[in-house]
Amino acid sequence: MKKKIVVVGNGMVGYKFCEKLVAKDISKQFEITVFGEETRPAYDRVHLSEYFAGKTVEDLTMEPASWYAENGINLILSDPIMDIDREAKTVRSHHGIVQAYDYLIMATGSAAFVPPIPGVEKEGVFVYRTIEDLDLMQNHAKKATKGAVIGGGLLGLEAAKALLDLGLKEVHVVEFASRLMPRQIDEAGSNVLKAKLETLGLKIHLNKNTQEIQGNGTISGMLFADGSHLDVDMLVISAGIKPRDEIARAVGLEVGVRGGITVNDALQTSDPNIFAIGECALAHQMIYGLVAPGYEMAEVVATFLVGGQKEFLPYDMSTKLKLIGVDVASFGDAFIQEPNAQTIVFENSAKGVYKRINISNDGKYLLGGVLVGDADQYNMLLQNTKNKTLLPENPEDLMLGSRGGESAGSGVMALPDEALICSCEAITKGAICHEIIENGVTTLDGIKKCTKAGTGCGGCVPMVKDLMNETMKSQGVFVRNVICEHFNYTRQELYDLVKIKGFRTYEDVLNNLGHGDGCEVCKPPVASIIASLWNEMILEKGNATVQDSNDRYLANIQKNGTYSVVPRIPGGEITPDKLIILGQVAKKYNLYTKITGGQRIDLFGAHVGDLPEIWEELVNAGFESGHAYGKSLRTVKSCVGSTWCRFGVQDAVSFAIEVEERYRGLRSPHKLKSAVSGCTRECAEAQSKDFGIIATEKGWNLYVCGNGGVKPRHAELLATDIDSQTCLRYIDRFLMFYIKTAEPLTRTAPWLDKMDGGINYLKTVVVDDVLGMGETWDEEMNLLVEAYKCEWKEVVESPELRKRFTHFVNAPKVKDPNVKFEPMREMVKAGEWK
Amino acid sequence: MILDFRFQIFNCGFSEIEKLKSKIENSDGCRPKSKIEMTLEQTITWHLACYADDIPENGGACALIEGEQVAIYNFSRRGEWYATQNLCPHRQQMALSRGMIGSTGAESEPKVACPFHKKTFSLKTGACLSGDEYEIKTYPVKVENGQVFVGI
Repeated sequence: MKKKIVVVGNGMVGYKFCEKLVAKDISKQFEITVFGEETRPAYDRVHLSEYFAGKTVEDLTMEPASWYAENGINLILSDPIMDIDREAKTVRSHHGIVQAYDYLIMATGSAAFVPPIPGVEKEGVFVYRTIEDLDLMQNHAKKATKGAVIGGGLLGLEAAKALLDLGLKEVHVVEFASRLMPRQIDEAGSNVLKAKLETLGLKIHLNKNTQEIQGNGTISGMLFADGSHLDVDMLVISAGIKPRDEIARAVGLEVGVRGGITVNDALQTSDPNIFAIGECALAHQMIYGLVAPGYEMAEVVATFLVGGQKEFLPYDMSTKLKLIGVDVASFGDAFIQEPNAQTIVFENSAKGVYKRINISNDGKYLLGGVLVGDADQYNMLLQNTKNKTLLPENPEDLMLGSRGGESAGSGVMALPDEALICSCEAITKGAICHEIIENGVTTLDGIKKCTKAGTGCGGCVPMVKDLMNETMKSQGVFVRNVICEHFNYTRQELYDLVKIKGFRTYEDVLNNLGHGDGCEVCKPPVASIIASLWNEMILEKGNATVQDSNDRYLANIQKNGTYSVVPRIPGGEITPDKLIILGQVAKKYNLYTKITGGQRIDLFGAHVGDLPEIWEELVNAGFESGHAYGKSLRTVKSCVGSTWCRFGVQDAVSFAIEVEERYRGLRSPHKLKSAVSGCTRECAEAQSKDFGIIATEKGWNLYVCGNGGVKPRHAELLATDIDSQTCLRYIDRFLMFYIKTAEPLTRTAPWLDKMDGGINYLKTVVVDDVLGMGETWDEEMNLLVEAYKCEWKEVVESPELRKRFTHFVNAPKVKDPNVKFEPMREMVKAGEWK
Repeated sequence: MILDFRFQIFNCGFSEIEKLKSKIENSDGCRPKSKIEMTLEQTITWHLACYADDIPENGGACALIEGEQVAIYNFSRRGEWYATQNLCPHRQQMALSRGMIGSTGAESEPKVACPFHKKTFSLKTGACLSGDEYEIKTYPVKVENGQVFVGI
């Protein structure tokens, strides 16, 4: 049996509630019925004045009636609810429809507050609330020349703009208080706004109390308390709103003294089966007269109904709007002043610009402010306020914007992921970036579609654009990071395509995905992708000649054209017998020997033609390739750990060997280094590795994305106190994510630097598996691990491959006579460059 | 020797003669032009370098010809063969034959990249494509009956 939801009211918030509930109600457990008083489905009341500027009803409509039908919502229009039977849990409409409910959502909104001035009933007096009101005004305006608006607040000024748009010759704004927009801006801001609006043709009267609306049936003038008089033939009353709480009041729900249906933090009224959202609700002892908190209320109730938990918290009432072409904004605590804060004020009355920011007494944080005439910095200021971003040295730069040169501090990229970019839809920076990075959304329309950011008041659109541009830049979307002139793809795209198509040779990839003949730039990364995906012998299937020189000869080319040989010594553990073999081989081929930084032994100075024989001896003695030549796992360094060390808490060497043998031969965008330390003293220097493991009493701590090299970086903590199995699983996923997404020759540290959300995002991918790729990556890694073969063993056993290891193709026994060595201590070194 | 040369010219036709001439000019531009005919007759001869399958497809290998190290490239993707000196002039390393080959630009200029520092050279003209002053020698190559000949 489906639960019955009845929504009373089909305004912006009522609609938003439907949208959110439909989206959350995956199991289709609800049957939704909506009753609306107006004749048309919910429309955008925030942009109502655009109706006179040419927008049609369709433009303003949130979703057409068909949307409700498609989503199984029974939408009943022109039929307001007249009564609620809380006992029987039914509602009765004006037309007599009786509808049962399990949960009732009051979204009745508000009506214009009309003060009890004598004469308000006269013809030519309007409120400014619905499209019907607008149609009536439009009709009357045809024969009107002088109009007035009672109310100098946000809605009043909107109405004044409407009158200008309607072509009235003279438009007056009459405000009871001493300033315009008293809830948003201060006296000084009001003065600048007033002056600005007057230049645009409005006549503004402050401190005016309307006493009477005069006229014989039709309005002809206004009489004020100070005795003055104004001739008008049209009047719009916009003196505030009053919540539509009359039914709630009639059926005994608790309401506030000055109106509004009282709700708790869950937005439940005094009847727990009845909720109230939007402007009819009195939450935290206040009516939230903006759309953004209304939407948040819709979210809270929809979440509750599907079994989630969310509270409606006191909502930030910062606003930015364009009034008759003038930007007005207020944010945070707009009115706080000394001694509770320091205030910085900028005023340019010639240009009609006023800005005020309030900063904490220690100068560290932005508390709030007012902007009139130029609100370009609104979003940044608001975000700095909300996120308590540390202010730059000269906070006025934030307010004034950059004046040439570097932009002032805290840009959009500096904001944390949780920063709310679109407050109407509660969309965070992280959510928008996610769409850009993971789903490749690159247009504003795309972002609007998938996140709904910017679809409410639209005030955040510039910031969304900035964020998109900056993020795309950081992702290389603008300057598309294509591999080279032969492939119009990024590495990540190529990786996916090669995987999907199952290509296993460079020729196949080039023929199908690229053009031209390839080059030294695209060959190694494509070879690396093929190797990462299939882990096949890299010198076969014609792939040998697309390998970088080191990979092609499975050894590192050195200064004089000879190669170095690095056998794998997992975890740095080696038997005396194997040490002796290394010594014997080095002696026989006159190789220079050195202990490497990765706890292995490097044998330098091998002629290319000697490599197969050298490796034959090593392979027979039980050695295998150390992949020192590859963009692949190099070494897993270890300290001796608990087997010998009196401080050790885990067996670091055994785990290092396990890790090294698991990932040996794994090809990746760049080399990979690792280490395992047996205790917190960290003798293996694991925190300087691409993935480092440090023993704890309970298991292991896993660090990722460190490196030495040009720009040393400490690795960051990914997971703590995990067992060996979990540790390997996390490394599997970390490595697969890296291999899949990194640009060519990008090590893990810069890869993480470029990743939006950084280590926290990486954690959610690897540990929480937010991408849902965990199992796939586990399987892929297992396949790679199983496919591992020692490359040198394969060469040694293949006469065909061995043949390629010669300097002269027509004289295989002859060594390159140009190779020069010089004596050094008791060994040799490469001849100097010429 | 002269006979041998004429026989080859007969085989390769007119355009190839022009190519040979230009090669000579390129490889040693300071020689006066009037001596080109004489130079051709004096220095060009075809040498059997190796067998075609000694050179990996779309890659190179080095042959020792009369004491000279010649890098031979089997650009099988284009059905073309090239030969250059094996020495990379940058750090004087005998390594070009181990470099990756490919092409660049609208004209798909065939090129080789030295494995040491990725200096690139045109396989057609020997010009350095990565912006340095030096260039490399190129040689004519032909393949007959699975045998690779280099003209020196």
